[in-house]
Amino acid sequence: MEVKVKEYFHSVNLDKDKCRGCTNCIKRCPTEAIRVRKSKAQIINERCIDCGECIRVCPYHAKTAITDSLDMINGFNCKVVVPAPSLYGQFDKKYSRNNILYALKLIGFDYVYEVARAAEIVSEATRHLLKDPNIKKPMISSACPGVVRLIQVRFPSLIDNIVKLESPMEVAAKIVKNEIHEKYNIATQDIGVFFISPCAAKVTSVKSPYEKKKSYIDGVISIKDIYLKLLSALSNVNNSQKLAEAGLEGIDWANSGGESGALGTDKVLAVDGIHNVIKIFDEIEGDRLKDIDFVEALSCTGGCLGGPLTVANVFVAKTTLKKHMNEASKKGVVSMDKKSYDELVWTSNVVYKPVMKLDQDLSKAMEKLEMLEKIYAELPGLDCGACGAPNCRALAEDIVREIANETDCIFKLRERIRNLAEEMVDLGGKMPPVMDKEDLDQRKNE
Amino acid sequence: MSTIKLRYDIPANDFVIAGEASSNVKNKLTQIGLSSDIIKKAAISMYEAEINAVIHGNGGYAYVEISRDKVVINIVDYGPGIPDLGLAMKEGYSTAPDNIREMGFGAGMGLPNMKKYADNLEIITEVGKGTKIIITVNF
Repeated sequence: MEVKVKEYFHSVNLDKDKCRGCTNCIKRCPTEAIRVRKSKAQIINERCIDCGECIRVCPYHAKTAITDSLDMINGFNCKVVVPAPSLYGQFDKKYSRNNILYALKLIGFDYVYEVARAAEIVSEATRHLLKDPNIKKPMISSACPGVVRLIQVRFPSLIDNIVKLESPMEVAAKIVKNEIHEKYNIATQDIGVFFISPCAAKVTSVKSPYEKKKSYIDGVISIKDIYLKLLSALSNVNNSQKLAEAGLEGIDWANSGGESGALGTDKVLAVDGIHNVIKIFDEIEGDRLKDIDFVEALSCTGGCLGGPLTVANVFVAKTTLKKHMNEASKKGVVSMDKKSYDELVWTSNVVYKPVMKLDQDLSKAMEKLEMLEKIYAELPGLDCGACGAPNCRALAEDIVREIANETDCIFKLRERIRNLAEEMVDLGGKMPPVMDKEDLDQRKNE
Repeated sequence: MSTIKLRYDIPANDFVIAGEASSNVKNKLTQIGLSSDIIKKAAISMYEAEINAVIHGNGGYAYVEISRDKVVINIVDYGPGIPDLGLAMKEGYSTAPDNIREMGFGAGMGLPNMKKYADNLEIITEVGKGTKIIITVNF
């Protein structure tokens, strides 16, 4: 029972009171996972990849992400924060990275460890993997959980291309828990590590991880939720402690192109925005991407800086981040020994989630496809969304899957009503001879 | 068990649309639930034939039949035809004009790739009349 709940946990959520049942989110979802039913949007759990497009596009702010509140840190003796590098781009340029990290301590955390530092470790491990002649190319980064889930649902033939290294967030949590445990002798269960996140997908990867059974992270707090607190704390900072340790290589991970740029080779491709990622993955599946060893794919336009839970405009944040990068050293970390890379490798694999299949049985699936084509040919083809499905083809699919009816299409409904009306007029014009008084009256008047 | 019959127009020299027919067929095969290896074979071999029809064949049409145990893809054009088939099948040999090569096509791998991925490849061609490619991928 518990496993099932975890399998379908989604951090993307709907505030029903704000939802108007419009067509905006259903049309933008890259896996066609949303339908409008009873005038509210409904997410089809098996198809949702937590990319956050619907959060971004909803004009009524009805789509939200489930994240943990800052109060959750009070459940732990030792409160640790691992901020995503996207955090640095959210504030005015006048604050240094050290200021921001110090402000995190002021709002309640005891210890800070930058995810950017762990990112540099993952970059080093990736550089090593690139040299392996047996590795399947192009390698696809696993940094964005939305993209990994996209592959599970829509591009299963690319599962073997995914780089099976733990994310910087997990690496950071693991390192800092060990560090504190050894340095201060605090039991690991008393150490609470919290990730400051720019997106919803990261929440899902903590609560429902695919790479191993349990995450090292204890809670995920959105950038949006702590922004104001941090802003007021920033007015009280001093520069007494040097907390900023990551180099520019790690900070650049927040940008699209940052992760691939750190690999020291030209044979890389960086793509951002989930619909652009889909196009590139189509190219890879068709063997049309030549001479590329590594693909960095991010769901959000602009990279993590453009995540749905960030506050600053992505382009402004990019400029701010550049300033932080200029002030940082090239690299913050000393290189690791080979043995440590093995600790970063996933212990379990991602599986294919065949939600696009019409039926488990091949013959039945073919029959359903045939029926789908027939139904689709009869639909108006306007993709208006009035039926609650993103387009006419999706409605045809829903009908075949028996979760919708042809009369959900208002054009088909009107057609049927018109036909019925014509029948009624026709019938209305015919009276049985016994009752037909009108004829008799007419003849009287003549 | 009847077959699913699909027909697509392939407009000449239209590089925006080029590839859409094979992409469409790929999605349908995914909905049927075939393994990704089979889908890859069908998608790549059809794509190469489709692109050839656009670049060399002056456009044409694709006719696809999906039955219980295989998919048969016919790509027909009424273009110039292939004068020397043996030469055309050589890897790296291409008759694509310069403007096409500048777009990234014309690597000379189309026909060899088709042969590599299809389970059966039949080419019927006549100079001045056109070319018909019949690709079979078994399930």
